[in-house]
Amino acid sequence: MSSNLITRRATLLGLGGSGLILSGCEQAVQIPGFQGMLESAEHLNRSGQRLVLASGQPLAREYQRSEITKNFKANGTVRPQTDIYKRLVVSEFSDYKLTVDGLVEKPIEFTLPELKALPSRTQVTRHDCVEGWSAIGMWKGVPLSTILMTARLKPNARYVVFHCADNLFNPTSDMGLYYESIDLVDAFHPQTIMAYEMNGEALPIPHGAPLRLRVERQLGYKMAKYVLRIEAVESFAGLGLGRGGFWEDQGYEWYAGI
Amino acid sequence: MSAEVADKTDGAAVPRTRSGREVVYRHSLTIRLSHWLNVLCIAILLMSGLAIFNAHPRLYWGPTGNEGDPAIMSIYYDEQLDGPPVGILQVGSRTFRTTGWLGVSTEADGILAGRAFPHWITLPTNGYLAEGRRWHFFFAWLFVLNGLTYLVYGFIARHFQRDITPTQLDFKRIGRVILDHLTFTRARGEEAKHYNVIQKLTYIVVIFILLPMMIMTGLSMSPGVDSAAPWLPEIFGGRQSARTVHFISASLIVLFVIVHVLEVIISGPINEMRSMITGWFAVRPERTKPDGSNS
Repeated sequence: MSSNLITRRATLLGLGGSGLILSGCEQAVQIPGFQGMLESAEHLNRSGQRLVLASGQPLAREYQRSEITKNFKANGTVRPQTDIYKRLVVSEFSDYKLTVDGLVEKPIEFTLPELKALPSRTQVTRHDCVEGWSAIGMWKGVPLSTILMTARLKPNARYVVFHCADNLFNPTSDMGLYYESIDLVDAFHPQTIMAYEMNGEALPIPHGAPLRLRVERQLGYKMAKYVLRIEAVESFAGLGLGRGGFWEDQGYEWYAGI
Repeated sequence: MSAEVADKTDGAAVPRTRSGREVVYRHSLTIRLSHWLNVLCIAILLMSGLAIFNAHPRLYWGPTGNEGDPAIMSIYYDEQLDGPPVGILQVGSRTFRTTGWLGVSTEADGILAGRAFPHWITLPTNGYLAEGRRWHFFFAWLFVLNGLTYLVYGFIARHFQRDITPTQLDFKRIGRVILDHLTFTRARGEEAKHYNVIQKLTYIVVIFILLPMMIMTGLSMSPGVDSAAPWLPEIFGGRQSARTVHFISASLIVLFVIVHVLEVIISGPINEMRSMITGWFAVRPERTKPDGSNS
């Protein structure tokens, strides 16, 4: 009985201590500017990493084929339910086209066979999810730089936006589709590819068929699946909620290098 | 220091408390500030860290780890056909029922829910990963800057060399110091003016091993950092191992904090707290032997 009381008292003390911090924190986030202060860490993360990463563009580590993960988890949308995607599935992606437009000199469309005819890159890399897990996969695709150099960016292009066919929150709606954006440092990184193969086979639907982005020095949510259109922009403020991506609009960092 | 009066007996003025205890200036302003900043950072890093952990409450060894892979440790819940779900902690091959604490606990609104760590220990309480990360990274930067300032100061002001490095005499006393700890005997006189050898060794482990380990394992989880320094996660056996070591180091820091606070309570909470706030520490006098001499 008495030990029970002590446990309860210790629990209350523990609860009291953390409760005090928690209620303090939850009040603090209501203060104007406090969220901005917390978010300033993202700028430090980005500029800190850019300082080391932009110079020489180091590659993400590449693994042996024997290290490929057997059951690579598919996260987020695993089978898009939008009309546009369902039509693509019916045609087995034969009428799929990747549109490249926005701030480019030559807007252009690629069919899948056209993309596959371009020089490709194959890489065995580790995929790190923001949730905490990691898996290794082999990806084959066209370097994004090849696509962008074909379309020729205009001088004021600063970001590359990926418009996708999936909708995570309202699966059948065409409003609020997945999108992502990266800057030109990552867009022209040699390992940044538009992948159409995974582990030696056509990219499966749960992993983003027919085409997904691989941007190996950032977290999984940056690597848009089911990409339909690549748009070069000066600013992503006008897209979605203005934070540069689907998960970014839900509060996640635009720079996901950590 | 209103509590001190001058004492001229030794030729120099020795500050004393009203009750006549010698008072020494123990912690400099830099140490005190960095200590309390650290308290704030570690509390927030721990609680936001648990919110982040909750997004994938499984720990692995090696470069990768995913739901299908065996976990060194995991927290989950089992649905029951009859009755509420059961919270389970798995460590190695053993499982423990932890309903109410881990795996299944009541949310702030009183509803029983499946979540690894309970709402009252995660920041934010709803466990939203994006917000947890925001708290974690801001306070991680503050923690690193505070730690660097402390390290530079500690070497330049000779705090580490003078106060933390154990002397030969310290090691000779180690048996007695252990006995003192076991019997809750508090240091007196000259001895009370310095850290004892267990304290020094513990601080060395925390300052030079555990805390840097937190930063290194934390950075190892960054895909950006890993591309610039591929050797970093390899020190720990890969990214998922680094994540596991991050969790273990954090647990050891929690253990240190618990013992540290207990020691403060045992050795005189008011005096200890005052010394970490004002810098001034009252020394317990030596016990007077029956013959009148000091022991």
